[in-house]
Amino acid sequence: MIEFENVSKHYVDGTMAVENFSLTIPARKTTVFVGSSGCGKTTLLRMINRMVDPSSGSIRIDEQEISTKPAVALRRSIGYVMQNSGLLPHFTVAENIATVPRLEGQSRKSSRVRALELMETVGLPASMADRYPHQLSGGQQQRVGVARGLASDPNILLMDEPFGAVDPIVRAELQQELIRLQQELDKTIVFVTHDIDEAFLLGDQVVILAAGAQKLQVGSPSEIIEDPANDFVASFIGTDRGARALSVKHTPHGRVLVDSQGRTQGRLIEDGSSS
Amino acid sequence: MNWIAENIGLIGSLSLEHLRQSLIAILVGFLLSIPLGWVAWRYRLVRGPVVTLTGLLYTIPSLALLMILPVLTGMSAISEANLIVALTLYAVAIMVRGVVDGLDSVDPAARSAATALGYGSARRFFAVDLPLAGPVILAGLRVTAVSSISLATVGILVGVTNLGYLFTNGLQRRIIEEVFAGILAVALIALAVDLLLILIGRWLMPWTRDPKKSQQAVKHATRQQVS
Repeated sequence: MIEFENVSKHYVDGTMAVENFSLTIPARKTTVFVGSSGCGKTTLLRMINRMVDPSSGSIRIDEQEISTKPAVALRRSIGYVMQNSGLLPHFTVAENIATVPRLEGQSRKSSRVRALELMETVGLPASMADRYPHQLSGGQQQRVGVARGLASDPNILLMDEPFGAVDPIVRAELQQELIRLQQELDKTIVFVTHDIDEAFLLGDQVVILAAGAQKLQVGSPSEIIEDPANDFVASFIGTDRGARALSVKHTPHGRVLVDSQGRTQGRLIEDGSSS
Repeated sequence: MNWIAENIGLIGSLSLEHLRQSLIAILVGFLLSIPLGWVAWRYRLVRGPVVTLTGLLYTIPSLALLMILPVLTGMSAISEANLIVALTLYAVAIMVRGVVDGLDSVDPAARSAATALGYGSARRFFAVDLPLAGPVILAGLRVTAVSSISLATVGILVGVTNLGYLFTNGLQRRIIEEVFAGILAVALIALAVDLLLILIGRWLMPWTRDPKKSQQAVKHATRQQVS
């Protein structure tokens, strides 16, 4: 469990990145921070592994105040997956994945075994182990990034727009992989995105943020779609238009749902299947 | 060509002397430039002064530097050490800039990724910043090496023997072949050291090897259906 309590972050030039933010992130669930760029969602994420230290307030992981822990050790204990993979260009795929085990003093051999194991977990062929990142496609690089984040078997996995830079088809594939992985691994995942569809797909808890990391609404995807907190949220998640504004249409074969463009999206199955 | 054939032993031994003097200067200059370059890169305030001052070193005429250094350090003007110190200063003059530019060339995303993974700052410098700055630093080192090897010949003017001897001796005795032999030997040594540096670079920085091949690997990788 990760707790933010009255956390603020302001910079010397006076900008408020985060203002009085409180939130409980449940263990073994996926929490997604979603909001437009500059809303402070990445700053919140980077506070969890002390890449950014808050100006005030406290952040606790499993009831322990993180500002009292050495930053380097804390970072090694938390998996981090970043946009554009963040792979080290001079390390091979296996070396990249094995980075944290090696930093923790594991032998070259055992960390390589671990790396190969993780490559299989994330669906990369072992033949890629000795390639360099620039020899991989964007999607493959992201897989390596995920494998690296999991290398030390951390309880917490931070993901900063990890699928933001890959094409939509690969993104959809990686999202499904993450869902599958999470079912197996049961990590506490904190995921940052600006894509509301991605947030609803992956999140158990979705946090919609506005500038200054102001919480507009916190809840499960269903809760948010069923009861948006205000007009801004409704328009941000798109319940008033497009694919989420569904209406019922009667056809000779029963009722179907159509979106705002008039395209039929699916059949309405009534409770008790009487129609 | 007769002169060269008859004096091949002399040319050989002078070449070894020459190589030894310049290699020491190149190596020491390189080792000094890393911390100096790091300080200049890390602390913005000292960056301008450090880069400018070390750069200005290069504008001091070499003969003058060989005369001034003994006064400042108490070394004998005709000692080999005097020449090596002077060459080292010139090496630093070129290399510091190269190290600063090299560290500047490191992708900030890679640096921040390394920090997020849990590298301490010293460890990150040696494991991430320095190797990634490698290609630019190597380019600076190659210029330094060639320049030091050619500059070393000036030593003969203060009495330090190396391939420069072939120039002064050849001019005094009007043996044009001897002068050419000197130029040729200096050029060959410079080329050989440059080639050696390229090979060491490839060995130490395998990820920079053969960009053509890696291009093909990218194509190959995308063809495989693993996204």
